[in-house]
Amino acid sequence: MEYFLQQLINGLTLGSIYGLIAIGYTMVYGIVGMINFAHGEIYMLGAFIGIICFTLLGLWGVTWVPLVILVVLVVSVVFTSAYGWTVERVAYRPLRGSFRLAPLISAIGMSIALQNYVQLIQGAKIKPMPPVLVGGFNIAESAEGFAVRLSYLQIIIMLLTVALMIGFTLLIARTGLGRAQRACQQDRTMAALLGVNVDRTISLTFVMGAALAAVAGVMVTMYYGVIDFYIGFLAGVKAFTAAVLGGIGSLPGAMLGGLMLGLIEAFWSAYFSVEYKDVAAFGVLVIVLIFRPTGLLGRPEVEKV
Amino acid sequence: MAEAVPRDWPALLKDAGLAAFVTAVLAFPMAGFRTLDGEATMGIEYRLHWVPIAAAIVFAGRLIMRLWQSRAARAPMQAPAWVGSFRDRFGNWVVPAFIGGAVVLPFLPFADRTVVDLATYVLIYVMLGWGLNIVVGLAGLLDLGYVAFYAVGAYSYALLAQYFGFSFWLCLPLAGIFAAVFGVALGFPVLRLRGDYLAIVTLGFGEIIRIVLINWNNFTGGPNGLSGIPRPTLFGLPFTREPDEGVIPFHEFFGLEYSSLQRLTFLYFLILALALITNLFTLRIRKLPIGRAWEALREDEIACRSLGINPTNTKLTAFAIGAMFGGFAGAFFATRQGFISPESFTFLESAVILAIVVLGGMGSQAGVVIATLFLILLPELSRDFQEYRMVVFGAAMVLIMVWRPQGLLSHRAPTVRLNPS
Repeated sequence: MEYFLQQLINGLTLGSIYGLIAIGYTMVYGIVGMINFAHGEIYMLGAFIGIICFTLLGLWGVTWVPLVILVVLVVSVVFTSAYGWTVERVAYRPLRGSFRLAPLISAIGMSIALQNYVQLIQGAKIKPMPPVLVGGFNIAESAEGFAVRLSYLQIIIMLLTVALMIGFTLLIARTGLGRAQRACQQDRTMAALLGVNVDRTISLTFVMGAALAAVAGVMVTMYYGVIDFYIGFLAGVKAFTAAVLGGIGSLPGAMLGGLMLGLIEAFWSAYFSVEYKDVAAFGVLVIVLIFRPTGLLGRPEVEKV
Repeated sequence: MAEAVPRDWPALLKDAGLAAFVTAVLAFPMAGFRTLDGEATMGIEYRLHWVPIAAAIVFAGRLIMRLWQSRAARAPMQAPAWVGSFRDRFGNWVVPAFIGGAVVLPFLPFADRTVVDLATYVLIYVMLGWGLNIVVGLAGLLDLGYVAFYAVGAYSYALLAQYFGFSFWLCLPLAGIFAAVFGVALGFPVLRLRGDYLAIVTLGFGEIIRIVLINWNNFTGGPNGLSGIPRPTLFGLPFTREPDEGVIPFHEFFGLEYSSLQRLTFLYFLILALALITNLFTLRIRKLPIGRAWEALREDEIACRSLGINPTNTKLTAFAIGAMFGGFAGAFFATRQGFISPESFTFLESAVILAIVVLGGMGSQAGVVIATLFLILLPELSRDFQEYRMVVFGAAMVLIMVWRPQGLLSHRAPTVRLNPS
């Protein structure tokens, strides 16, 4: 029972991170109808900017933990968003209105280029990071002395995810930008005719996705303590799986899918085998697409002639 | 030349300045600092001078690009007249000349070990490109896991040879059949999906195969791979210096001096033949109803369905046939290397093959060859720039999509055209 509880906590933490990345996929897919394959690399860039910022602050003697985390988050979000914006501007905008697979291929190229760019300028070695935030609560203990531990960091990750989710839901539902996004999602031409700046809205969607990916990147850096230039690929594919699982285009769906995927992975590793946990994740993707291509919360898409 | 139109210098400079500013922002955190690996603590190397350098390069590049664009806009580019007349006069001779050149290549004076080996390496990719072209170019299905079928082919040969002692010539068709079976097994459930979902599922499938190969230690050799894969023979004549008792090697049979070049040349001709078979097959099947149906499906699935074409079965054949050629190429790869490991079958490999098809112009057979020369040969010849290779590779994929989404040689014209005369 205690073991189960511990896996539940780990799975929810991992799922929160997947969910944050998945939101970027789902928003972009909803509005432009393309898979932003380079999104995983954006998350990886966020993690790298985070680790550089952590190290710099450490060298400059800033040690008050809340301040450090806040500064790193802000810096990483700002610069990663700039990367997200540039990727859209360079690789996707010129291809709007091109044939269906063109943006996807361009995105794959972008992903390869970004990955190797980071490898080139930051080195291929794994980057370790000393723990920033240690400690936590023991919430339960079994008779054999197995303690269920909920670390402060896990609490922060989950709370931050919930807060960002609420913030973004409000943003989409209440503000002018959110209204413009929903308009573009339904009919881009009509939205443009009615005075919505479509290019700007799409750019901002990419920026928002990149900002969330940056938060996820910084959290992963603190949580695992190691990153390398290759983490974006797997995280990207898994987050996309989460987005599809929840129903692509739906914001709560992405979060739900992320949490489910995190739980599946945690329990699979705990009870079956660690080696095949990625296979479990991909297997889930295939099964969902076969039996429920619209995902858990998605709406069916009708192809019009 | 038309009269000179004054250029809008302030706007050009502003545009280039903005691009440089964005570059500086992007380069500041990533290029400006580099994390150093210390013992327990992390260090930082300051390289802030890189930031203005990067910004300056982008500024100049952007300015030149805009100047070029404004010139091109004023004088629309046209192919010079000699291109047209050249095509009229020699167009029919280009392909036979290419094939003839490929056949005589190993006998040319400069053809040493390196040249023949490199040519073999390039031809593997040409063959993979032609195989994937059936799936992506003709049927319009984006397959990001093509390398999985390549891996299935390679491992089926290696495992059959290791456990049952089957020869290469028996395994070659078997490898193709296994790969095709995998293609059908994967394709059957997922081919109903929309294009980009299909792309991700095939990617996932490719990764699953690789993870299984890594972890199934006692069967596939795990991350260490399989070695000692037998070499092919020419009708039972092995290419070895000292063969087993009672076996006549190739050089003795023909009364030649032993040379390792003979084996390499044989492998070269083997892959050349396999590649040409792939090409011929594609050219012929395009003219059959099934090939026509693929191209029609690529253009408009709904129209096809209303004309009574079963989209799932049609796509499934394309998928299976593409996979089969991937399997053949895999078996050849295994026998050429003599050693295979999951390292050779990563997602990057799939991306490279896809890039070959897309850059060549989807559906164009000649385009695949040109793109392979471009993407495989150039990086191989410029080993000194190894580190920059993949960055340039990715960037080239983006640039070519932006510049010419239809590829270098576009061939999306329908095979059948009705002439209203």
